[in-house]
Amino acid sequence: MCGLGGFINKDGKKVDGTAITTMGGMMEARYDERGGGFAAYGIYPNHSDQYALHLLFDDERAREATEEYLKDRVNIVKDECIPTASVKEIAPVHVPWRYFIDVPEDFEAVEADFLVDTVMKINGSIPGAFVISSGKNMGVFKATGLPRNVAALFKISDYKAYAWSVHGRFPTNTQGWWGGAHPFNILDWSVVHNGEISSYGTNKRYLEMHGYECKLRTDTEVVAYLFDLLVRKHGLSAEVACSIMSPPFWKNIDRSDKREYYEALRMTYAPAMLNGPFAIIVNNKDSMIAFNDRIKLRPLIAAELGETTFVASEEAAIREIEPELDRVWAPRAGSPVIARLNNAGGK
Amino acid sequence: MASFPPKFKVLVDKEVCTGCLKCTLQCPFDVHIYDKEGFKASGKDKDERKNFIVRNQENCVACQRCVFTCPVKCIQIEVRPPTYNPHPVWTDAVRRDLKTQSDTGGVLLAAMGNEQPYPSYFDRLVIDACQVTNPSIDPLREPMELRTYLGRKPEKLEFEDNGTSLKTQLAKNLKLETPIMIAHMSYGAISLNAHKSLANAAAEQGTFMGTGEGGLHKDLYHLADSIIVQVASGRFAVHEEYLKTGAAVEIKIGQGAKPGIGGHLPGRKITEPISKTRMIPVGSDALSPAPHHDIYSIEDLSRLIYAIKEATRYKKPVFVKIAAVNNSAPIATGIIRAGADAVVLDGFTAGTGAAPQVIRNNLGIPIEAAIASVDQRLRDEGIRHWGSIIASGSMRSSGDVAKAIALGADAVYIGTASLISLGCTVCKQCFTGKCAWGIATQDPNLTKRLDPEVGARRVSNLIGAWSHELQEILGALGLNSLESLRGNRDRLRGVGLSQTELDVLDVLPAGR
Ligand code: SF4
Ligand code: SF4
Ligand code: SF4
Repeated sequence: MCGLGGFINKDGKKVDGTAITTMGGMMEARYDERGGGFAAYGIYPNHSDQYALHLLFDDERAREATEEYLKDRVNIVKDECIPTASVKEIAPVHVPWRYFIDVPEDFEAVEADFLVDTVMKINGSIPGAFVISSGKNMGVFKATGLPRNVAALFKISDYKAYAWSVHGRFPTNTQGWWGGAHPFNILDWSVVHNGEISSYGTNKRYLEMHGYECKLRTDTEVVAYLFDLLVRKHGLSAEVACSIMSPPFWKNIDRSDKREYYEALRMTYAPAMLNGPFAIIVNNKDSMIAFNDRIKLRPLIAAELGETTFVASEEAAIREIEPELDRVWAPRAGSPVIARLNNAGGK
Repeated sequence: MASFPPKFKVLVDKEVCTGCLKCTLQCPFDVHIYDKEGFKASGKDKDERKNFIVRNQENCVACQRCVFTCPVKCIQIEVRPPTYNPHPVWTDAVRRDLKTQSDTGGVLLAAMGNEQPYPSYFDRLVIDACQVTNPSIDPLREPMELRTYLGRKPEKLEFEDNGTSLKTQLAKNLKLETPIMIAHMSYGAISLNAHKSLANAAAEQGTFMGTGEGGLHKDLYHLADSIIVQVASGRFAVHEEYLKTGAAVEIKIGQGAKPGIGGHLPGRKITEPISKTRMIPVGSDALSPAPHHDIYSIEDLSRLIYAIKEATRYKKPVFVKIAAVNNSAPIATGIIRAGADAVVLDGFTAGTGAAPQVIRNNLGIPIEAAIASVDQRLRDEGIRHWGSIIASGSMRSSGDVAKAIALGADAVYIGTASLISLGCTVCKQCFTGKCAWGIATQDPNLTKRLDPEVGARRVSNLIGAWSHELQEILGALGLNSLESLRGNRDRLRGVGLSQTELDVLDVLPAGR
């Protein structure tokens, strides 16, 4: 069991991290102190053209090794310690760091792949260094602790974003460690997830065939990689990606007038189907996508107010920040909630 | 005089026996012999007739036919306790083989699968189940999908008109409602009634039956949508109409029971209808050569694949079957790169109607290892979607099927299991042509024992039951579709396997 929530303002209007912290706090019965985190979009307007790498270092040696590695590969525009406050509930076992980087011109055409590769290399081969996010004008903040303590640690209220997500974790399948908290991220894809991906082995091996390395000791990372593969690399829409990951049942496909279309999707992308109980919120710079497993074994509520779309595990979490809403609904299994910026690509 | 003591005791309870003589008609191996003359000469009463049945126990193969057909069930077959002075190296079986071979001077023939007590990896793999955090799913209440597509898939799909219509053209695949198909057993090796039973069962269950290398009898052409036609080295029965009739074509390079050896159908099984279907003379031994005489390399194989594809206008997937051997992984990737839509891996315990015993017992590798290495190699080369993997060879239960799929197979073939469902008792006499159950025989007196309608129902029952069990397994794993188990080695654990074996199978030990 976990608690998750998020919202996006489709006009790109930014709010600070107070609301998302409150949202997370309303669901404390759903998780414990073994993992909390946030994703925020639009937080680095001064560096919006650079990739922002958020890292966790175990020690100075790891930082130096990473810096050496990065220097050879990319142009580091700026790097600094991510500001933190001292919070008694969370021991500072890692040093959070951020780099704003430009990809060298030679690699601009394959910029995204180059960056994925860079992240995989750091996470796979530099001991004590771990990239937790790698998108532009966005960042992930996470640690072992309750979301409200993680918020205090990273001074979340100092950031302003047009899209936020929060996650409180009740780890049942893997050990709690900072890197293992949600959101999971690759490029600008961030994923928070409640549930278990029982198809993990199948998904993981499919992703490995496409060059992704699943090293995080948790099942959620496959969702981020699948979105990256399907939407960025294969050029599919978010809607199609959702019908691949949580496809209609054959009995419905056989009756549908789009039978051939869905048959092709399921045949081609069978190993990308996610199975097991889950509710997932996925963000990228343009949109927020929320969806369930095929028989909806985890809660997910959606709501709208003006140009803002909200999703959360519990309605109370949404009502706590916006008591009066235009519309509240429980999305059905297989019907994703997809909210896009009106001016996609907006800052 | 036989050189060794009889293996079985044929015990008849004379108190109960009525002397009906049925056993004397039912046993094809001349065990129960009625001494008609003796009885007549004795002038005894009909009640005494039972005392004029002689039993040649040394002929008994424990096929159990007489046991089941005796109206008063007064026959019992027992294994004789070992009679040689025991020796751990020179076991009874070894001594028996040596003596038989010395009698005949020939290659020992054997039927059914490998009899050596090699350990089974299936028996050392266990399947995960979910508790609490990922709820199990009840297949009686929720949909549970087994549908499987065999054949080439594109790497990705492309759409037109804003993503609403499909641009990518998909290659022809076989659509299976259950991942269990019926293995290639030739008409010739088995009877027409057996072929009919299996084909009808496949059609009923939405799956496929392989013809084996003996072609397809005209009476079964109407079921061709559920039939995969085989092209083997003997090229028996291969003509254009045959290729076009089946739903897919399978080229047999090798088979698990006898890797490197061609088919062998004794002349006594080549009757009139078989000769017509195979296009060979009545009574001639049908010996397919070890290799295809037009395939000496992967390029040659590729030519045959494309020749068949051309002949069938690219409407039929083409599969290639090989025996599981050390080098299966590179061979299978070569086969897929050569254009095959699926590779069939046949493990070293696979059944056969006739094979040299020494080959059957000593060549090949376990199917589990072959599936694991082939699936991984195709992934390492980034071409897993180019073709499917079909596993065969002694799938004994739906549990074996689930494990084969979790290791990486797309579907399985069952052979011996389907014959047992038809009545086979694994008496291992298939090559004698005397199958008491009407399966591996062409003798009309024996084949009529198998009613194809009953046979079809039984095999259909078996496949249906295994499919339900697969759904139960998926439910226990918290999965509602088979594609989420495929290649999902994370849901398997090894028990009592060495680290090297675990590495080969790519599974963790239980407890990790
Ligand atoms: S078991 Fe089979 S071989 Fe033995 S006596 Fe009975 S019918 Fe004959
Ligand atoms: S079939 Fe049974 S009852 Fe009839 S003769 Fe044989 S043993 Fe006796
Ligand atoms: S098919 Fe017939 S001959 Fe062959 S093992 Fe089975 S029962 Fe015996």
